[in-house]
Amino acid sequence: MGKVASMRDAVAELVRDGDTVAIEGFTHLICFAAGQEIIRQRKRDLTLARLTPDLIYDQMVAAGVARKLIFSWLGNPGVGGLHAIRRRVENEDPAPLEIEEYSHFGMVGRYTAGASNLPFFPLRSYFETDLPKANPLIRPIRSPYGDETVYAVPPLKPGVTIVHAQRADAAGNTQMWGLLGCQKEAAFAAERVIVVVEELVDEAVVRADPNRTVIPGLIVDAVVVEPFGAHPSYVQGSYDRDNHFYRDWDMIAREPATLDAWLDEWVYGVAGRSEYAEKLGAERLASLRPSGSAPSGSVDYGVYK
Amino acid sequence: MSEPRRDAVGSAAGAGASAAGAAGSATGSAGAGASAAGSAGAGASAFSRSEMMIVAAARELAGQRVCFVGVGLPNIAVNLARLTVAPELELVYESGAFGSKPARLPLSIGDPTIVTGATAAVSMFELFSFYLQGGRVDVGFLGAAQIDRFGNINSTVIGDYEHPKTRLPGSGGACEIAINARQVFVIMRQSKRSFVDKIAFRTSPGNLGGAEAAAAIRREQGWLGSGPSIVVTDLGIYHFDDEGEMRLDSIHPGATLEQVRDTIGWEPKVADPLPVTPEPTVEELRLIREQLDPEGAYTK
Repeated sequence: MGKVASMRDAVAELVRDGDTVAIEGFTHLICFAAGQEIIRQRKRDLTLARLTPDLIYDQMVAAGVARKLIFSWLGNPGVGGLHAIRRRVENEDPAPLEIEEYSHFGMVGRYTAGASNLPFFPLRSYFETDLPKANPLIRPIRSPYGDETVYAVPPLKPGVTIVHAQRADAAGNTQMWGLLGCQKEAAFAAERVIVVVEELVDEAVVRADPNRTVIPGLIVDAVVVEPFGAHPSYVQGSYDRDNHFYRDWDMIAREPATLDAWLDEWVYGVAGRSEYAEKLGAERLASLRPSGSAPSGSVDYGVYK
Repeated sequence: MSEPRRDAVGSAAGAGASAAGAAGSATGSAGAGASAAGSAGAGASAFSRSEMMIVAAARELAGQRVCFVGVGLPNIAVNLARLTVAPELELVYESGAFGSKPARLPLSIGDPTIVTGATAAVSMFELFSFYLQGGRVDVGFLGAAQIDRFGNINSTVIGDYEHPKTRLPGSGGACEIAINARQVFVIMRQSKRSFVDKIAFRTSPGNLGGAEAAAAIRREQGWLGSGPSIVVTDLGIYHFDDEGEMRLDSIHPGATLEQVRDTIGWEPKVADPLPVTPEPTVEELRLIREQLDPEGAYTK
C-alpha cells in the first residue's frame, strides 16, 4: 500500500531525538495523535516549531520531549495560558526551555523561505518593536532597489513536519479544506513529511479534484490513517473542536500532578488513537459531529483529448 | 473589582423597556467598585460594564469595510457590529478566513464556523501577504495586556523578557496588524496593571513617543497604517489627540472620572465637555445574551 504506515512505525522511523519537529495546523487539523505518539515513544531533545503551540505542545513539553520551542502565539486559544510551558519559561520548572519567538507572519515567512530554498523572507513587520531585541535572528535589511528597509526572518527547515488532513491516497497525495494555515509551507520546508488523514481514498478521488491537493505525494514519506487523530482540535466537515476539553485543560495543566495523571491515563495508558477514541466514547464523539451538512457545489474540469 | 451578574435578561429583552432609560449620570454611583452600570430601575435595562464595552466597540465599526479580527474581546465586538451597525463588514481572521459569516460566536479565531459560508478560505501566507500587507484591511481590531498613553501595546511579557514575571501569549499577528492595517482599534478593560505609564515590552507599535515622530517614522518606513485611533474600555471611549496621546472622549453610563483615574497609570486627558456613551439598546443586549454569548464567556 505505498506509504501507508501505522502511527507507531511512522513516528519511530521518521521522528528522531534532537529533531526540529513541526506539527502544524492553525486551530484546525492539529495532529494530537502524532504528538501523543511522540510522547509515548519518549523522544527527547526535540525543537518544537508551531505558530501556536496549543495544547499539544503543552502536553509534549510537560512530558519532557522538548528542549526548545519556536513559536509566535503562546496560549490556549479562547481560554487562557499554557501552564506547563509557562512553568518552564517563567520558573524553569522543572527545567529551562529555550524559546525563539516571532510573529505569525514571521513564522509563515520562515516556512515559506524554507520551502522555497531562499536565504530569508522579507516582511513589513517588527518596526519599532522589541521583538528584534528579544530575537536577534529578526534583522533589518535594505532593499536593493531603493532606500526602503524591511525586516527579514531566516528559513525554517524542520527535520520532520506532521500534517493532518481530511484525506490522502496511498501515495501521499493529500487534500484538505477549511483553514489551511501554513501546512503546505511547513511540509515543503521539511526533510521528512508524515501525513495523517481521516480517510484513505483512491487515487482517482484525488485526480478528480486537483485544485484541492495541498501536499503532493512527492514530498510525503508516510501516510497514517487515524480517524479522530486531530481531537481535541477539529477537522472541517468531520468533527468540531472539543472546546470543553480546551477549557478542561486549563485546570488539568495548572498543577504538574494532575497533568501527569492525565498523561498517564490518556497518553501512556492507551496504545494509540483508536483506543483513545474508544475511551472518549461514542457519545462524546457523536456530540462533536457538525450539526448539519454543507457540501460544496461540484465543478467541471472538462475532458480534453 | 467584580463584574455584575447579568441578572436582567428578562427585563431587558421584554416589556418594551426603554433602552435609553437610565442614561447619563456620569457622576452617579461612585460607590467603590460599584459596577452595575444602568442599575435596574423600572423601565430601564441593566447591563454590565463588559456589555457596555462590547456595544461601544461594535458601534465604532459603522461605515468600515474590512476588519481584521483579533483574539478575545474583538471577536464578539466585531460580530456584534456585523449584526447591527455594519452589515456589510468583511471579517478577516488571521487563521485564513475572509468574509466570514459565523453562525455561532467562535470561541477561538480558528473555529470551523468562520469557514462555512465565508467568501474565501486562504492560506496564512496569502492572508498576511496579500490581504494585510497588501493594504486591504481598513481596521485591525486588537486586544492587549498592556497599553501606554500613545497606544503602544504589550502582549508579550510582564517583567524582564529573559526572566519574565508573567509570560503572555506574544504577538500572534498583532505586530504586523498594527503596522499594516489602515487604522487600529483596541478593546480592553482598564486597570492600573493594563493602562501603564511604561509598557514592559513593545509588541505592537502605536504612536511611539508622540504623534509627530510616529507619523514621520511611519512615512519613512512605508508603513501603510496610521496607527491606533480608538481605544474602548469598560469605562469609556478614547481617541488620540494631536500629540498622539489618548484622550477620554466619552464616559460610559455609571462610570465616574474617579474610577477612570484610579485605573490608569498616568493622568489622562479628558474631553471637556465629556459626553456619556449612549446605553446599549435592548436589541444590542439581546444579541449579546441570546445569540452571541449565551454562556457569558466574553461578558463575565
